[in-house]
Amino acid sequence: MELNPAEESTLHGDNGPVKQKAIEILVALGEIFGADRLIEVGSVQVSGVSYKTIGDAGLQWIESMSSEKVVVPTTLNPTGMDLRLWKQMGVSDEFAEKQIRIIKAYINLGAKTLCSCAPYLSGQSPKLNEHIAWSESSAVCYANSVLGARTNREGGPSALAAAFIGKTPNYGYHLDENRQPTLQVEVDVPLHEESDFGAMGASIGKKVNNGVPYFIGVQSPNADGLKSLAASLAASGGVALYHVKGVTPEAASVELDGVEKMVFTSEDISSSYEELSTFHSGEVDVIAIGCPHASLSEMRKVAGLIKGKKVAKNTKLWVFTSVSTKLMAERFGYLGDIVKAGGEVYTDCCMVVAPVEEFGFKTMAVNSAKAAIYGPSASKVGTIFGTTGRCVDIAVKGYA
Amino acid sequence: MKTIKCRTISKGKATGEAVVSNASISFFGGVDPKTGVVIERGHPLFNKSIKGKVLIFTRGKGSTVGSYVLYQLSKNEKAPVAMICKEAEPIVAVGAIIAEIPMVDKPEVFDFTDGQHITVDGYNGVVIVED
Repeated sequence: MELNPAEESTLHGDNGPVKQKAIEILVALGEIFGADRLIEVGSVQVSGVSYKTIGDAGLQWIESMSSEKVVVPTTLNPTGMDLRLWKQMGVSDEFAEKQIRIIKAYINLGAKTLCSCAPYLSGQSPKLNEHIAWSESSAVCYANSVLGARTNREGGPSALAAAFIGKTPNYGYHLDENRQPTLQVEVDVPLHEESDFGAMGASIGKKVNNGVPYFIGVQSPNADGLKSLAASLAASGGVALYHVKGVTPEAASVELDGVEKMVFTSEDISSSYEELSTFHSGEVDVIAIGCPHASLSEMRKVAGLIKGKKVAKNTKLWVFTSVSTKLMAERFGYLGDIVKAGGEVYTDCCMVVAPVEEFGFKTMAVNSAKAAIYGPSASKVGTIFGTTGRCVDIAVKGYA
Repeated sequence: MKTIKCRTISKGKATGEAVVSNASISFFGGVDPKTGVVIERGHPLFNKSIKGKVLIFTRGKGSTVGSYVLYQLSKNEKAPVAMICKEAEPIVAVGAIIAEIPMVDKPEVFDFTDGQHITVDGYNGVVIVED
């Protein structure tokens, strides 16, 4: 890999040990993946923020870098708890103490505590063809696919390294040749709900692994559907980029000759719904909405469904979103409707990275395919996957 | 004495006794950061300690949190002194760098046995195997 004199000097330690380590990481990754050089990035999204996922090891590492500051706009992924309402969630003092230490360490580095997995809904929105270094798989997939920005699936440390240097190695999804479709999917079923997009993404993700699916026949999807599709493709298969004909910005310019084609049918979507649930009836301890973080329109939808009803005594309705969306939802009255019905709206965290085992939940209902994929393994809970309407219905009844 | 050319992943130089695995390793969930013992059931190195050894394995796997586990092993003084991979992947490469463990990959020949006395020279991208 070719480095310019300034980069060489950083690599030799002239700009301190933290930047030296950061550029070593970028160069090592560049060498492994055959990058020719480092390229500038417009923003960084850092995963590895919850104490549940990074533990003491991650905490120690982040604290060890306190002498340095990030040089590009850098936002954080969700933590393990609402930074204000963690006691109400049932998070232990021990967990909270470590979590707050992690957040303080990141603040010291100059990272912004947006603590959302959907930073593109809260002002961190890259433009077409902009190179970025993001490390939340669902946000990576959304930024590449829907916004047409360019990022690999970074890990926490490599994203942070990019934030300290302001650059990333030029390989993978930064290059045109790796943004070409590997599978054409003719969608022969109408998709209405966010969970429909999630069910399709979960199924197609398994087929393409880390390939690039090209969807045909998806009728004017809204941003919530595309967010759900990004999250599920990324969680089930490691997809970092998809195209939708007539919708996403690069779909018109990719090469489709010789790309294998399949049809996605109503039977396929039904079996995906079926596979994403580990049980189908019985009491449900918690209904979790907002994976990735709920948009304002998703808040409106939940508010409309629950308004005037009551969440059953034996269960909880938890909605996860960003601080900015919660504020808007409060102004627009959605928050009031949800809270009045007994629902709880939390920011800065989500069900996937919260210490769910501390809450005592055994069963969960979700409208997110990503949450349904991770729930049983990351949080050891039985999971029902369904539409937002079905989830709210379960919340009101207390059982499925 | 045999010198084998490699690619540098993480700088530094160290000597130790080889522990060889022809299976991939997940540091997250696979190695106890407090003891340096391999805890992944069914792994060829199960119950063996990698502390102070030259750890030689095919490649890393599993969660990206594995990078932090290498850092934690190092802080706890339970880390390998050096590592050789058949082919490095990001989790172990990043972990070696942040933990300051000398590491090389792509050795010209991948032919090592347990107990060999091995020097990993991450400055010059070579491995020296003593007779």
